[in-house]
Amino acid sequence: MIPFLAFFLVGLAGNNKSPKIWGLISTGAIAVSAVLSYMTAWRYLFQVGKVEETYQKIIAFNTTWLTFTDKLHIDMGVLLDPISVMMLVVVSTVSLMVHIYSLGYMKGDPGFYRFFAFLSLFSFSMFGLVLATNLFQMYIFWELVGVSSFLLIGFYYYKDSAVAAAKKAFIVTRFADLGFLIGILIVSYLTGTFDFQTLTDPNGAAMTQGAGVAFLGLSTMTWALILIFMGGAGKSAMFPLHIWLPDAMEGPTPVSALIHAATMVVAGVYLVARLFPLYYTAAPFALEVVAVVGGFTSLFAAIIACTQTDIKRVLAFSTMSQLGYMMLALGVSGYGGHDGLGYMASMFHLFTHAMFKALLFLGAGSIIHAVHSNFMGDMGGLRKYMPITHITFLIACLAISGIPPFSGFFSKDEILAAALHHSTFFFVIEYLVAGLTAFYMFRLYFGIFWGTDRKYEHTPHESPLTMAVPLLILALASMTTGFIPFNDFVTSDGHAFHTHIDWTVAGASIAIAVIGIVAAYFFYKQKNDLPDKAANTFGAFYRWSYDKFYVDEVYMFVTKSILFGIISKSVAWFDRHIVDGFMNLLGRMTAGFSERIKGIQSGRVQQYAFAFVAGVVALVLIFAYLKG
Amino acid sequence: MIPGVSLYEILTISAVVFFIGVYGFLTRKNLISILLSVELILNAVAVNFVAFNVYLYPGDSQGLFFTLFMIAIAAAEVAIAIAIIVDLYRLVKSVDVDETTEMKY
Amino acid sequence: MERIIFYILAAVIVTFSFLSVTSAKILRAAVYLFLVLIGIAGFYFMVGYHFLGAVQLTVYAGGIVVLIIFAILLTEQIDNRLARPKAGMVIASAMLALLGIGVSVYSILNHVFDKKIAGQLATVDDIGTKLLSFDAGGYVLPFELISILLLAAMIGAIVIAKRPIR
Repeated sequence: MIPFLAFFLVGLAGNNKSPKIWGLISTGAIAVSAVLSYMTAWRYLFQVGKVEETYQKIIAFNTTWLTFTDKLHIDMGVLLDPISVMMLVVVSTVSLMVHIYSLGYMKGDPGFYRFFAFLSLFSFSMFGLVLATNLFQMYIFWELVGVSSFLLIGFYYYKDSAVAAAKKAFIVTRFADLGFLIGILIVSYLTGTFDFQTLTDPNGAAMTQGAGVAFLGLSTMTWALILIFMGGAGKSAMFPLHIWLPDAMEGPTPVSALIHAATMVVAGVYLVARLFPLYYTAAPFALEVVAVVGGFTSLFAAIIACTQTDIKRVLAFSTMSQLGYMMLALGVSGYGGHDGLGYMASMFHLFTHAMFKALLFLGAGSIIHAVHSNFMGDMGGLRKYMPITHITFLIACLAISGIPPFSGFFSKDEILAAALHHSTFFFVIEYLVAGLTAFYMFRLYFGIFWGTDRKYEHTPHESPLTMAVPLLILALASMTTGFIPFNDFVTSDGHAFHTHIDWTVAGASIAIAVIGIVAAYFFYKQKNDLPDKAANTFGAFYRWSYDKFYVDEVYMFVTKSILFGIISKSVAWFDRHIVDGFMNLLGRMTAGFSERIKGIQSGRVQQYAFAFVAGVVALVLIFAYLKG
Repeated sequence: MIPGVSLYEILTISAVVFFIGVYGFLTRKNLISILLSVELILNAVAVNFVAFNVYLYPGDSQGLFFTLFMIAIAAAEVAIAIAIIVDLYRLVKSVDVDETTEMKY
Repeated sequence: MERIIFYILAAVIVTFSFLSVTSAKILRAAVYLFLVLIGIAGFYFMVGYHFLGAVQLTVYAGGIVVLIIFAILLTEQIDNRLARPKAGMVIASAMLALLGIGVSVYSILNHVFDKKIAGQLATVDDIGTKLLSFDAGGYVLPFELISILLLAAMIGAIVIAKRPIR
């Protein structure tokens, strides 16, 4: 709630007179929230939550808001359980870092206070989403998050491209939310409740509802859960609903860090995790769908990331790829005990990814701030000028590539293990993607910090302290969080279980990461012809990858020609001619009718008298005789 | 009371005259002719009143007084009507009813 | 005996009223009306309302018809032949009138009139007394109102028919 109040305060009362104050208020609010969430996490995980070795869900607060029937009602409440608490920590930490960072990054921007107001709104929405006790409340906050994201992406509202990107994000996610809503309705219809606790109770009746084969060989529940996943896929930029994420980079870089690296885009993953027991028990096919989509997306995005030239776009596709990882991990997971490895791995990766991705984005922001350009082509040899950024960026790259002892190694390793456990096919895909990840990340790294020494017009300087400190903190997090024994805290059914590092898998993943790094080293450390030659070898494929496989173009074609041309045109024609035409016809009929009968008002007294007498005689006839 | 004549005959006659007056009112084109028709109507009504009085309520004299007053009012009405017709004639130089159709759509 | 006179009077009334509404020349219409009025006055004399008959002759026949003739002269209509009305209008009005007559006569003939109050017809004395009495059966109020009405009508007629002041 606190960020919400901050949003109101800053949004309504803020102005540019003393921008620092508003920024500080907002940041202060987030700091308080962060502290509170740490406290909550601590208490929950170590003191209160555990009952008989199982983490229980605790409803801290619940009020009924709307009632449909006795059993079906929408509540507003706070649900505490391992993943929600973990998300609290993630969201508040990253948000706090971003707030501090923005104090420096957005300095001098005319929309300073507006930015912080929106940041607070976003944080509030995210908290609400994470703490939701039931599907509908989650949906409400889901939409709120979408709105905040829209506001933040389109922050530079005077730029057409930003406005278009914001619209695109909102529309695509809204379209996905349509599926989400339908899914919610079906689920609630089948099970009679929105409540998470009831829905995911392993012994509960919700599991078996709608189990019969209903439609195209899948049970209704499966369809519903697939639809819900569609909503999550939109938010988490899974193929084919991913098109908004690269364009969303039009927003200021702290926005990209907060929303598109660490928090909003993981909402989809969070959703599936939240409903995981239901997915696993009632609709395993849906989990297959999740895994396939996740896997495909990660590969797809990784390929595209190899050829992009805009820093933020590379990072965006990288996010997409990592999200694919998380989705896949959920998809291959089992339930209960050791089988729930994928679930735990997914959440773990979410946690670590938030840290190092935010770090990457903030670092990129630092670079952009210094060089005043997004293009990799404009950068090179920056290591001499920006040491702090250099080191933290390197740490993040190592983490994302899965090099021990950084955090990414641990979480990615768990995912790979889970994938192998489930099916070799998925394992192979993810293995490839791991290699590609290392490759493109280090291509980015080398291209920026090594490469050719360029002459810059004005010397890039290291970022101010407000921007540097978050970088350092996040770097620290990236290094250490790998060691958190997640398997003790976050598991599919609340029981802790024992994991160990499977060194065969780990070794293999390290190996391919190193290969990727070395390849990038040769390609990009010094300027040479190798990249161009490689590009030529790949030929058309390279072009396709560079153009992001033309997914956008397909969308445009569908929308423009089919939707606009055929459907919209005919609907518009219908509206103009038939609906409006009907109204016009009514009008014309009335006018014509009155034209014809206005002759009655002829001004001739005799006509009036005639009518008068005739009327009287008629009335006499009727009342005296005909009425009987 | 006219011996030998029943009420019905008188009433019939007054009805006939009344509707002849109505016919004249609806048909004639000259304003003054219309006035004449109106007079016919009024007189028919007067006859009606008097007949009822004489045949049904001989002791009461309401019919008589009604008719008396009606004659007075008719006189006043004709006077005003003539004044209007004269004025109208000055305006449109005609007493044709078709010329007086200003109040139309 | 009276019956015959009555029937003659009735014939006069009806014929001349019909002629009045269908005559082509306006002066003739006025004269026919005059004759109708005389017929009606005769009727009043027959039933015993001598005063009423006298008033009818004086005011109606003598005053109103003369007034109408003045109007005819003032509007220079005396020589004009009246236009024939449109055939459609004639037929429609005729039908309406006949219908009206039919309905009225039918109603009249079917109704049973019973004699209510026995008594004497009012004499001139009675009329005079009643006109100015404010007892239960008195007519002083309408009397006064009529006088005001006549005053208003006179003034109104004068104002309307005045030549406009240049």
